[in-house]
Amino acid sequence: MKEQLVLVGNGMAGVRTLEELLKIAPDKYDITVFGAEPYGNYNRIMLSPVLAGEKTIDDIMLNDEQWYLDNGITLHKGKSVAEIDRINKKVVAEDGTAARYDRLLLATGSNPFMIPVPGKDKDGVIAFRDIHDVDTMLQASKHHKKAVVIGGGLLGLEAANGLMKQGMDVTVVHLLDSLMERQLDKPASALLKASLEERGMNFLMEAATEEIIGNGHAQGVRFKDGTEVKADLVVMGVGIIPNTELAKKSGLHCERGIVVNDVMQTFDPAIYAVGECAQHRGIAYGLVAPLFEQGKVAANQLASLGYACYQGSVTSTRLKVTGIDLFSAGDFNESEDDEVMILQDPASGTYKKLVINNDRIKGAVLYGDTMDGTWYFQLMRENTGIADFRNTILFGQHDLGDAGHGDETRIMALSDDAEICGCNGVCKGDIVSAISKHGLFTLEDVRAQTKASSSCGSCTGLVEALLSCTVGEGYDASPNKKGMCKCTDYSHDEVITAIKQNELKTIPAVHDFLEWKSADGCAACRPALNYYLLAYWPGEYKDDAQSRFINERAHGNIQKDGTYSVIPRIFGGETSAEQLMALGRIAEKWNVPTVKFTGGQRIDMLGLKKDELPGIWGDLAEAGFVSGHAYGKALRTVKTCVGSEWCRFGTQDSTSLGIELEKITWGSWMPHKYKLAVSGCPRNCAEATIKDFGVVCVDSGYELHVGGNGGIKVRVTDLLCKVETGEQVFEYVGAFTQLYREEAHYLERTAPWVERVSLSYIKKRLLEDAAGRKALNERFLYSQQFSQIDPWKERAEGIEAHEFTPLKITG
Amino acid sequence: MSNWTEIAKLEDIPRLGSRVLTTDTMNIALFRTATDEVFAIRDECPHKQGPLSQGIVHGTSVTCPLHNWKIDLASGEALGPDEGCTNTFETKIEDGRVFLALAAANEAAA
Ligand code: SRM
Ligand SMILES: Cc1cc2nc3c(=O)[nH]c(=O)nc-3n(C[C@H](O)[C@H](O)[C@H](O)COP(=O)(O)OP(=O)(O)OC[C@H]3O[C@@H](n4cnc5c(N)ncnc54)[C@H](O)[C@@H]3O)c2cc1C
Ligand code: SF4
Ligand code: FES
Repeated sequence: MKEQLVLVGNGMAGVRTLEELLKIAPDKYDITVFGAEPYGNYNRIMLSPVLAGEKTIDDIMLNDEQWYLDNGITLHKGKSVAEIDRINKKVVAEDGTAARYDRLLLATGSNPFMIPVPGKDKDGVIAFRDIHDVDTMLQASKHHKKAVVIGGGLLGLEAANGLMKQGMDVTVVHLLDSLMERQLDKPASALLKASLEERGMNFLMEAATEEIIGNGHAQGVRFKDGTEVKADLVVMGVGIIPNTELAKKSGLHCERGIVVNDVMQTFDPAIYAVGECAQHRGIAYGLVAPLFEQGKVAANQLASLGYACYQGSVTSTRLKVTGIDLFSAGDFNESEDDEVMILQDPASGTYKKLVINNDRIKGAVLYGDTMDGTWYFQLMRENTGIADFRNTILFGQHDLGDAGHGDETRIMALSDDAEICGCNGVCKGDIVSAISKHGLFTLEDVRAQTKASSSCGSCTGLVEALLSCTVGEGYDASPNKKGMCKCTDYSHDEVITAIKQNELKTIPAVHDFLEWKSADGCAACRPALNYYLLAYWPGEYKDDAQSRFINERAHGNIQKDGTYSVIPRIFGGETSAEQLMALGRIAEKWNVPTVKFTGGQRIDMLGLKKDELPGIWGDLAEAGFVSGHAYGKALRTVKTCVGSEWCRFGTQDSTSLGIELEKITWGSWMPHKYKLAVSGCPRNCAEATIKDFGVVCVDSGYELHVGGNGGIKVRVTDLLCKVETGEQVFEYVGAFTQLYREEAHYLERTAPWVERVSLSYIKKRLLEDAAGRKALNERFLYSQQFSQIDPWKERAEGIEAHEFTPLKITG
Repeated sequence: MSNWTEIAKLEDIPRLGSRVLTTDTMNIALFRTATDEVFAIRDECPHKQGPLSQGIVHGTSVTCPLHNWKIDLASGEALGPDEGCTNTFETKIEDGRVFLALAAANEAAA
């Protein structure tokens, strides 16, 4: 018989844990769920837009009852568990319904805090926590005019905004002198108050409630100073207390919340707790992003995988009041040794403040323009050094280039048929409805469901913006640690480290050691592992053809009709009459449908059938050509200009330097495509400043530039340094190339890599550490011994013949 | 009613790889999994006729080389959010020799 798992609390954290569990161990348990509320599982966060009339209850259902049926889960809805019998391992609900468990998961959430003043139990006094509360408020707004919301925090303001949208006259009462004091500093708080007042909200600041007055039904609120306001509805939005009632009664150790360890286990090893009811390392969280992280860990433990552990979360906050953009994260009130950066523009109503310590972001408050909140938050969580872009950081990420995050307000203003993902033709409406319909929370979910952002990725920022607008904070913006693909929870960096430290030298060895979740991996991780192994164990690792994308397996670019293209290497783009005639003859002999000059200064022969490839390659090899690797995550081209040999401005012989560089680097496999260029003077005709490595010759030597690319998102290189001799150029090229080969993630081009690890890091490795630079270059040259074997010639001579020969019927 | 035709030796098809069988009417892709099962399916992706034989094989599915659709080798159906299906044909292995139900293949083409 299967083991029994019982979940108490049918809310966001508990059910998320079940979803994670079903993904990794669908058949391990018979699952029973008790939920005090009479519904399936819904998105509590979205109660605010429901109250404001922007969404309906149907819109916010995450898992309807069919979901429980489909997954064989017994749901006891509307049943509150009254007792846990830990000795006989069973739970009993108020109505007597009982269930036995092997493992029990508590996710009982929190209770709203009701200020203990006389009159708090009158009709018309409520909290803002569940569907029932929202229904009560909506009913009240039909019959009554005046509402008081006690509490000027996130919850209180969202309630007040909703009631105002329903036509009520709303006064917010706050004990302190500034709103949302736990999320905002004073200037931002003042801006917020001003714009809410502009919309018609009233405020009573520094007002201490003494009593709710009225006979039977609330009629007003009286304060300590004796003043009163009228109210037919009083909403308490002052805070929450973890719901530990059941746990305490059952003798589980509780403090503020139910105390759990790093694997979300309570003091009873058979009982786990997640969500707002749990207290981890002293903290009980009140936002969903950390609760979801906890759910992932709990699921991993429940599935008996036992490697995930929870280490606490850094949280960020946004206010869900349409038209007001506000973001806050971390410690935004500076202490003495912190630095503060502020950008304030009263005219446009924007305010941005970053608290910085030791070139790391400690906290952020954004008001008016929150477009870069996600980015600052990521920098903060990943503890990224900001020294390189301090002077522009307040202007936002678009100032830096790459994968910019879209402006959320602007994106919500787009029409539903606006195309977001150009690659897969996915429109805004498709994405938004997929998010609501399937209850998606992560970028990965959206990619799997809609394909948006799953191809070139240039729309990732827009999709992320849509996610965070549609699901609010539940959207996990930038997990600190992202699994490489669905086959593993380990990140690229963790996999790379494991390969190095544990001397893993085959794909099966990596799979075994890191307990890969699928037998052969998938089309995403296999090529990555093949590359890492090739890069770390040059000469030892045997390339696995079946783990290469077809272009690299067949050494040509597959075309849309299944034919291939052939681009031989033309070193530095310099050719000769003899070479051209040879190419002409070969193209003619093989009836090549199209011959074209590429953007990389060489010649493309397009439209060859796969079984013709070894033949034409043989002819090319005979005429002295080698593969141009135009199909590979590999060294592509070294573009050059004519330079001092001919050009009246040329300062050095850029053509010869480029040819030499290509001779040194060709054949090398890389995390992504890799391009070089050498320009003879700063006029830069070889476009060296948008290459992965660019050399610009000047009178006194050579400027070396790194991390550029053309392509989807143009990025201009950063200047690495200036050197005096050609020998030095070779050493720096070798060292930079090897650093990239060893440390970048597979499919990460140098541009995003340089941005991720920072230019100062690269300078540290290449400029400040001369011995390290030499060693890198030596490792590069060593590995080149094994890669400068022309793959075309080998295949023309018969290697891997099965790849190029169709089967014939033998029987 | 299968009409078995011997088409190759098992070792002719690389593990986690494929071979293409050209017939008069269509190309058939033969895939060999890590556990030495052999599947035969029409070498045309239901999306835009990409040559599935050129994709990466994992488990009992293949990822199309053109736009990354994932096709189930046993049923010929697209997996995940994509929808579509391509023909599959029966195979059997005897003494390391691979046989294909070629009559059915011809019917499918007709
Ligand atoms: C043949 C060529 C176009 C031409 O006729 O000129 C070409 C053709 C392709 N490019 Fe390119 N690119 C070619 C020069 C370029 C250039 C210009 C250059 O190198 O100076 C760029 C912009 C510069 C750059 O890379 O920084 C370029 C940026 C891209 C990108 C975007 C890369 C990026 O980082 O954003 C892709 C997509 C990718 O790699 O994922 C791409 C992908 C492709 C692919 C491989 C698409 C594919 O996966 O099938 C095309 C293959 C066509 C084929 O079947 O042969 N191609 N591609 C050029 C071959 C150059 C060569 O001799 O090897
Ligand atoms: C109006 C509103 C707006 C919010 N906005 C945001 C936001 O923008 N961003 C954000 O991150 N977070 C927001 N939150 C907070 C977020 O909703 C909670 O952090 C999250 O729902 C907590 O999940 P949970 O599973 O721990 O608790 P819950 O979702 O509350 O689930 C607990 C469930 O357990 C049930 N239960 C309790 N005791 C028992 C028992 N003995 N037997 C059976 N069932 C029981 C309860 O009825 C409840 O259904 C908001 C909350 C509210 C109310
Ligand atoms: S720009 Fe490059 S990828 Fe796009 S169609 Fe032209 S060759 Fe193909
Ligand atoms: S043709 Fe196969 S995915 Fe497009």
